[in-house]
Amino acid sequence: MSLIVKENPTADVSLANLKGAPSEYHLPENPLTVIKPSSGWVSLNLRDLWQYRDLLYILTMRDIKVRYKQTLLGALWAIIQPLFTMLIFTIFFGRLAGMPSDNIPYPLFAYAGLLPWTFFSNAVTNSGNSLVGNSNLITKIYFPRMIIPMASVAAGLLDFLIAFGLLVALLFYYSVGLSVHILMLPVLIVLTSLLAIGVGMWMSVLNVKYRDVRYALPFIVQLGLFASGIITPIPENWRWFKMINPVAALIEAFRAACFGKPFDWLSLAAAAFLTVAILFYAAYTFKRMEKSFADII
Amino acid sequence: MKPIIRVENLNKQYKLGGEQRAYSTLRESLIETARKPFKIFKRGQIEKTNTFQALKDVNFEVQPGEVIGIIGRNGAGKSTLLKILSRITEPTSGRIELFGRVASLLEVGTGFHPELTGRENIFLNGAILGMRREEIAVKFDEIVAFAEIERFLDTPVKRYSSGMYVRLAFAVAAHLEPEILIVDEVLAVGDAEFQKKCLGKMDEVSKTGRTILFVSHQMGTIAQLCERTILLEKGAVVMNDKTNVVVDYYVNQNKSKASSYTADASAAHREMYVQSAAIYNDAMVEQKSFRHDEAIHIRVKCAAQRIMRNAELRMVVKDGRSITVFTADAELNSLRENSQAFAVEYTIPAEILRPNNYSLTFALFIPHQLIIELIEDVIFFSIFDAGTKYALSEGLDYGLVFSPCETSIEEIV
Repeated sequence: MSLIVKENPTADVSLANLKGAPSEYHLPENPLTVIKPSSGWVSLNLRDLWQYRDLLYILTMRDIKVRYKQTLLGALWAIIQPLFTMLIFTIFFGRLAGMPSDNIPYPLFAYAGLLPWTFFSNAVTNSGNSLVGNSNLITKIYFPRMIIPMASVAAGLLDFLIAFGLLVALLFYYSVGLSVHILMLPVLIVLTSLLAIGVGMWMSVLNVKYRDVRYALPFIVQLGLFASGIITPIPENWRWFKMINPVAALIEAFRAACFGKPFDWLSLAAAAFLTVAILFYAAYTFKRMEKSFADII
Repeated sequence: MKPIIRVENLNKQYKLGGEQRAYSTLRESLIETARKPFKIFKRGQIEKTNTFQALKDVNFEVQPGEVIGIIGRNGAGKSTLLKILSRITEPTSGRIELFGRVASLLEVGTGFHPELTGRENIFLNGAILGMRREEIAVKFDEIVAFAEIERFLDTPVKRYSSGMYVRLAFAVAAHLEPEILIVDEVLAVGDAEFQKKCLGKMDEVSKTGRTILFVSHQMGTIAQLCERTILLEKGAVVMNDKTNVVVDYYVNQNKSKASSYTADASAAHREMYVQSAAIYNDAMVEQKSFRHDEAIHIRVKCAAQRIMRNAELRMVVKDGRSITVFTADAELNSLRENSQAFAVEYTIPAEILRPNNYSLTFALFIPHQLIIELIEDVIFFSIFDAGTKYALSEGLDYGLVFSPCETSIEEIV
């Protein structure tokens, strides 16, 4: 493909358009940036993150657009994944194995669990691979690297919302009345997102150094599917399990919100606590490793 | 005046091998961790980590509005310096103070996503370079016009030609409004016309008081654009001065000024090789610059275990731009097969080569079969004008050789 290069009048006058051209730029008293080897404790530097919030939005949009470019079904894939898993679960676990489902129709029970799980597992997988996948950016340009795994999680939210539409339809189909508990949903979604960011960010850092993560992640995600009370509710006497597995607690709470069942506040509190703890640990690890990414990725 | 960039005692060390491999596996790391306690007992031994000093005690300051060139050979540390300045990697020791925002353009199309369209990539790229969305929207038309991609705005950039790619990338970066712009060699791609445009833009940008750091291998571009240039060598600043001073020094140091050649020991294993070569004037005095009206003699001594059949010794004369002027071959079949040494002398008659710089390349070879030895650009010489009518307008290109054309003029009635 060749282009005829022609002189471009706009380019020549662009000097005049340079608004705020810093010809009278006054040097600040103190340096805007000091570059020196990092040592000891690092600050999370959230101000930097805030300055680049547009990048978070644009990278999220990029991830969403790229995912469905040149696909036939496009965003339908967001529904297909949990829907078909739900159908298979219904046949094998619901019909054949006769798993209990808390007196909720099994398809609805499975879908309401698969929905947050699909979001969480995709978000963790994508953000876990995100740094390595964007190595061209990391070795060439500076910006707060945390934005990359965050954008991967944020991009998953759209899929979640699309698939959520089907859940609403199912709730109507099975005529499950909505209760005031539904108001907890936004809180649960935020918690799940934060947990996904925490775990995903942590995985992404490990992945930079140890490519084992790439192979381990799908496996861990598969195990998680069975260990998070998606197929069948976690038995009453296994409450401790919900305390140590925040995903299980969140999924149970998600169902409780949809079906108007009582919340297990204790396990939910534990999940919130673990989420914050994981998030901080991951952010700290991330920050500590961030500056060597370009050298080892 | 207060500098906008201050670099103090900057060092960067890369560990080669050791723990910091390209990437390690978890297993290796676990084993390493398990071994660590035992290492204490081996303290006496010196840690055998291979380190590479990419930057050594680099110090310099840049005043606001200056355009600084950074030159040096490959591996001199230019890219490392730019990477540290743009916060991609961190120094091992030392300190940089930046009194302005930095935007860096280290590679063409950084952050472009091949699946996205030109329009989408402008926003993506702008955001990555630190622009706000509204800022990009304001400059959007200008960027598109500068890049000359109007028609392809909604085509995924994976279908762009490399030229379009570069233009778009540069256009976005050039419309940033940082106080400090870091540009690395991006202009190497793209056609001459666009290069000119980019240079013009950078010139403009610097006139608005912004500071530019510019890395290039093209001395012409550096000379055109930068008032001051820093020369890096093996990670250290060897010169930091007016551009013409530094470029002169660099170019001359870069050029091997050899007027004779002697083979090193490694050549001796060949069946035939060039042992030495030298260049003389008519009086057989070795020299490296010649009047245009004197003949040039090149004497090449070769050694051999045996003379291979049909072997020839070729001499190639190239000009300063590596353009071959002519080639001369000497057939060696007249030599006895068991000769151990021989010499070939070439004579370039007077008034053949025009005043210019030239280099000589030699090759021992059997036509269509084998290159026994090839030594490129081993002898350099120049020819100066000792009074032709062209001397008055020196610098114009009259070609590489004196015209052998005979001219006759007649009046047509």
